[in-house]
Amino acid sequence: MREGNANAVGCDGKERKMNALNQTAAKTSTGLMSILFVALIGATVMFVAGHAQSATLHDAAHDMRHATGFPCH
Amino acid sequence: MLAGGLIAGFAAGLLGALLHFAFVQELILLGEEYETGALVHFAGVGEGTAEAGHDHAEGEGAQDHTDEGGDGSALMRNGLTVLFTGLIYAGYGLILVAGFALAEHFGRQIRAQDGILWGIGAFVAFQLAPAMGLAPELPGTIAADLGARQVWWWGTVLATGTGLALLAYGRNLLVWVVAGALLAAPHVIGAPELGEFFGSAPPEVAAAFSARVLGVGLAVWAVMGWLAGRIWARDTA
Repeated sequence: MREGNANAVGCDGKERKMNALNQTAAKTSTGLMSILFVALIGATVMFVAGHAQSATLHDAAHDMRHATGFPCH
Repeated sequence: MLAGGLIAGFAAGLLGALLHFAFVQELILLGEEYETGALVHFAGVGEGTAEAGHDHAEGEGAQDHTDEGGDGSALMRNGLTVLFTGLIYAGYGLILVAGFALAEHFGRQIRAQDGILWGIGAFVAFQLAPAMGLAPELPGTIAADLGARQVWWWGTVLATGTGLALLAYGRNLLVWVVAGALLAAPHVIGAPELGEFFGSAPPEVAAAFSARVLGVGLAVWAVMGWLAGRIWARDTA
């Protein structure tokens, strides 16, 4: 009887474990595509702020570029 | 992931701006005075080198700095420096948390203390290793072709970052050998160089500038790594 109850859905706490597992999985394993996407945004920001050679950008970012060790001009 | 990287990055950027004005900006301004010839170091030799700096028609280093805030727009200039320092570290922050996410994707946990190590490792990849070949340039420095230097810079960042990650997380000899090769490769290939020296500023100023740039970079990256690691650990807890 107890055995039967324990196997019934929602009565043994297993469902909580399952939920917890699913949540952990959803939280931690960020997809490779979104990781790549975030890295690409970061690299684009770096390129625009640090490496792009438009005169306006260069002048505006000038001191930061020197102070971060970018090849400036 | 996005928010954590941006928050840590901007906060680190503000610290970076603060340290920039405490340690670095005065040397940039001093370098520019030598670059424009307002100051001349070592009269006899200085004249020749100062001229070499300004004749050179091909362009690298012969930038006109007149519109960078000499005439009363120091506030504007410094404001832009704060803005762009915030921006560049926000970009770094995004790349850092993308690295965290990648590590977690492969089952590694990131805590605040891991964040510090990641920050220091990233400082090595983004600043120290490139500086081994292309020392941070005081304004007025004349160097090899810009495009070639930028290619070497990106290649060095990529190779060093990958090499350090493999060294830290690899589990067998082959991976560590590959890591060592990646770390060494940019320096075996060598950064583009001119083979001649045109510096118009005293070497002491240039040396102090390089050392301070790297010191400030290390401090800011370590703080950013710690902060990003804390936020990351809290969000994934």
